[in-house]
Amino acid sequence: MAATKTTTKPSTNGTAVNAETATKNERLAVLKTYKIYINGQFPRTESGRYYTIKLSNKEQVNVCLSSRKDFRNSVSAAREAQEKWAGKTAYNRSQILYRIAEMLETRSAQFTEELVNQGATAAAAKEEISIAVDRLIYYAGWCDKFNQVFSSVNHVSSSHFNFSSLEPTGVVAAIADQNSRLLGLVSIIAPVIASGNTIIGLASTQFPLSAITFAEVLNTSDLPAGVVNILTGEASELLAPFTTHMDVNAVYLNTDNQQEKVTAETNAALNVKRVKVEASLDWTLPKNEDPYRILDYTEVKTTWHPIGI
Amino acid sequence: MTTTLKSYDPRFTPPVDQVSVEERCARFTTRSIKKSTKVNGLKLAMSMIDLTTLEGKDSEGKVRQLCYKAMHPHDAMPGVPQVAAVCVYPTMVKVAKKALKGSSINVAAVATAFPSGMAPLQVKLDDTHYAVDEGADEIDMVISRGKFLQGEYNFVFDEIAAVKEACGKAHLKVILETGELSTLDNVRKASDLAILAGADFIKTSTGKIQPAATMPVTLVMLEAIRDYYYATGKMIGMKPAGGIATSKLALHYLVMVNETLGAQWLNPDWFRFGASKLANDILMQLMKEQTGNYQSLNYFSND
Amino acid sequence: MSKKQDKTQKAVIADLALDFSSGFIYEPAPESSSHVKLEKQYELFIDGKWVAPIDKKYFDTTSPATEQVISRIAEASAADVDKAVKAARNAYENVWSKISAKERGKYLFRIARIIQEKAREFAVIETMEGGKPIRESRDIDVPLAANHFFYYAGWADKLEYAFPGKKANSIGVAGQIIPWNFPLLMAAWKIAPALAAGNTVVLKPAETTSLTALKLAEVFQEAGLPNGVVNIVTGAGATGAAIVNHPDVNKIAFTGSTDVGKIIQKAIAGTNKKLTLELGGKAANIIFEDAAIDQAVEGIVNGIFFNQGHVCCAGSRLFVQEGVADKVIKKLKDRMKSLIVGDPMDKNTDIGAINSKEQLKKINDYLKIGVNEGAEIFQPACTFPKKGYFCAPTLFLHTSQSHRIVQEEIFGPVLAIQTFRTVEEVLEKANNTPYGLSAGVWTDKGSKIFNMTTKLKAGVVWANTYNKFDPASPFGGYKESGMGREGGLHGLLPYLSLS
Repeated sequence: MAATKTTTKPSTNGTAVNAETATKNERLAVLKTYKIYINGQFPRTESGRYYTIKLSNKEQVNVCLSSRKDFRNSVSAAREAQEKWAGKTAYNRSQILYRIAEMLETRSAQFTEELVNQGATAAAAKEEISIAVDRLIYYAGWCDKFNQVFSSVNHVSSSHFNFSSLEPTGVVAAIADQNSRLLGLVSIIAPVIASGNTIIGLASTQFPLSAITFAEVLNTSDLPAGVVNILTGEASELLAPFTTHMDVNAVYLNTDNQQEKVTAETNAALNVKRVKVEASLDWTLPKNEDPYRILDYTEVKTTWHPIGI
Repeated sequence: MTTTLKSYDPRFTPPVDQVSVEERCARFTTRSIKKSTKVNGLKLAMSMIDLTTLEGKDSEGKVRQLCYKAMHPHDAMPGVPQVAAVCVYPTMVKVAKKALKGSSINVAAVATAFPSGMAPLQVKLDDTHYAVDEGADEIDMVISRGKFLQGEYNFVFDEIAAVKEACGKAHLKVILETGELSTLDNVRKASDLAILAGADFIKTSTGKIQPAATMPVTLVMLEAIRDYYYATGKMIGMKPAGGIATSKLALHYLVMVNETLGAQWLNPDWFRFGASKLANDILMQLMKEQTGNYQSLNYFSND
Repeated sequence: MSKKQDKTQKAVIADLALDFSSGFIYEPAPESSSHVKLEKQYELFIDGKWVAPIDKKYFDTTSPATEQVISRIAEASAADVDKAVKAARNAYENVWSKISAKERGKYLFRIARIIQEKAREFAVIETMEGGKPIRESRDIDVPLAANHFFYYAGWADKLEYAFPGKKANSIGVAGQIIPWNFPLLMAAWKIAPALAAGNTVVLKPAETTSLTALKLAEVFQEAGLPNGVVNIVTGAGATGAAIVNHPDVNKIAFTGSTDVGKIIQKAIAGTNKKLTLELGGKAANIIFEDAAIDQAVEGIVNGIFFNQGHVCCAGSRLFVQEGVADKVIKKLKDRMKSLIVGDPMDKNTDIGAINSKEQLKKINDYLKIGVNEGAEIFQPACTFPKKGYFCAPTLFLHTSQSHRIVQEEIFGPVLAIQTFRTVEEVLEKANNTPYGLSAGVWTDKGSKIFNMTTKLKAGVVWANTYNKFDPASPFGGYKESGMGREGGLHGLLPYLSLS
């Protein structure tokens, strides 16, 4: 094979070409393996399968095609982590969410390049990352406040002190907006975990890379293992396990497909999962962040106690 | 309350607030123990250790080696006190007694179907008699936790009283197994009950389950001892066992005893640590205080 | 039990004593102050810059533990205050109200993070200048101050959810005057919500404790907070009056004595200025027979000896149900014997220096009054450092509501103890005061707790705990203990105008 000098420079995040060969004076880039994120670690899919993503510069990346078993393992991890995550103080959770924002901001350059490689314009990429950072901070600020806004002391007609407060529902399985490269996933993860839930998120099938790089950000943010788990793969294949697993408390599905909606809602009935389905949307709009996305994954707990002697 | 009580009434036990107890314990850990206070504390802690081996695979050789370590913690460093006692299973008592001959170190034996205590009373008494006959100076018994949790306090009371009788001249430590009692209220109840039934010492744990000794359960037990002292003038000893592997933690416990019961309890007659790894950690800390350098376990015997 | 046994029983209790003096003596464990950067002289912080006071007047700030001068502090005149208010107004109109709420919040997050980074330096300075133990500054004051900024940072862009049916608007320029008992924490309590709500600030720290507010100004600079958003004008009563009387200040927030609070309330009458006051207290701390007694004793200690009793919400009136009074008092005396009074910079000190010579005199005057009124005084044996202002933790036994030491706020480590018999009786007595800041209830019975908390006329009621603070939890008083709340959602109200 003749030594070729290519016109494309090796990219800084290692997604450089497998077709490029080093010349005498050039350095061969070390390519990143995009593994999934389960229980604070980066295993390959247990199925050993992959699918290919073509980048805008014609380079090629192999991505894990996650299986139902990966999902099963993720649910175990998420369940294991949930009680302790919910048991942290709200202040602690807000500090961790803020830390995730810090870590993401610090890596803006890396994410920008990765988003551009997946077809975004540089301007759109920068905007998406800024909003993702600010959105994480937005939800960080809600952790110790949403109960102040949405809880109540109820003046019942007997001599009882009665109060209602919101508690996290448990483990949430989420299939993110297929059309979003990063923000669609971040915009679901943050409000879900703010109240103490844990989550398994499926990245967009066509834009999986930044979801995995985001997992690296999570992994360096003092976020306990298992609180967030991220898989890559086919939504159509994983829809059934996501919606039928008996130890999942709630499901989020972003889809424009009515049949998928029906499947999800039907399956959810098996163990009365709470279901939210919405269509693909423009995540950069301010109206797509609000505390009601936290409320979606909480339960109201009402307690009575006599007032007397 | 008098010492001639024939049974235990749980209504005399005050409630305990867990959050507040934990806060008080956290305060103890903020005490800064330095220089001579630290050295004296470490030596005191060493002298309070019941060096323990309670494994199914214990053998005469193992016990002899442990006893030698008890008498010679680190000959290279003079001024280190010997431990208070060696704690073994009843079948090892004779070996230990012989190995420790000439020293002032006591032999404590666990008894009463340790660690579970799931055996009929007669078996437990036989176990006790055997250990005492073999020469044990102290007996560490276990209470019937299941019966306690069933609310059969009189059963547990009678059991302790019977074992106390079987001890004869030997001192009786009553192990509450706080890790199974679940609440601090229960720990306080069990403490009051054991003291009334005749315990000379109350002890937290067998060391065979988690959690073993913790600062909160220890504080509650020390408070039970204090209330009993004020009511009767009688002192009862206390022993946290299991999970105290570092000098730092041992010093926190000493601070706790210091500020709860005061000077009278700060000696091996009234306070013991049930530990094995702690001894070497204390030695390393003492060496560090002397030389200024952090130490390695390689330089301290592992018996 | 026979009467004779009963007597012997009581005698046994009375005679037995535990030895808390000869056991484990803790060697001095002083915190090092070498890490700390302090200037010899501080100017005023106006419009983002350090500015000399117009009259070039300065005063010393000293350590109440060593009586040494630490630094020279600028004294702001009315003209300096005017400069500061102008800077705050300018920043409000042209910068702070124009920045998006989200970005406002991000400044506050930055400030919180920087305080956390500089935790040790802040804690040491707070202790050096104010006299509180380093353990308290380190473990409570500084982390809580950072927490307040972090908490309110999150509200900045969420105000639309705080008050249903109303639009939340900022007010303008807030004039804030804070006391010397929690200097950094009080600055955080005032500045954080004000800024989150979109206002700008002119703040005066207490004259004996200016340094941590000035170090906070350095943090504002480091965080890039726009000039004029927060201005620090140091000085004494006259500087405070200048802030209160300034016509272009829209809101006054004051924490301090009830007497001064009333002066301020009078001064702004008819001006349309909004006002919040956080004043004195004489809280009832109530122990029932069915309380977790040992933990209640700890609560009493936390309630009155924490921070040398320099706490507006201190549990300074102990009400103990008569059946357990002897037991509680004996345990309390024991506990007091293990409290260490001494050098605030020593990590083992529980009770540090009294903040100033003046305050110590006030406390000692009350001790004399109490003795003259016939109350029985108890103080454990203490050795004080040779210099500095110190007071031993003190109990006054056999007091009643009619004693002056029970009615008046002493603001020192002095506890007045009364017995009671029934719930109705103690409720009446607890509420029998012009104050109404806080109260404590100790009982194992839940229904009794809610009964008491419903009927106690106090803004903060602690059940089976005491002196707990959190930025999410509203704090403030009834009656002459003040008006308005700080902390939590309700703490936003004073800094907003709802339309």
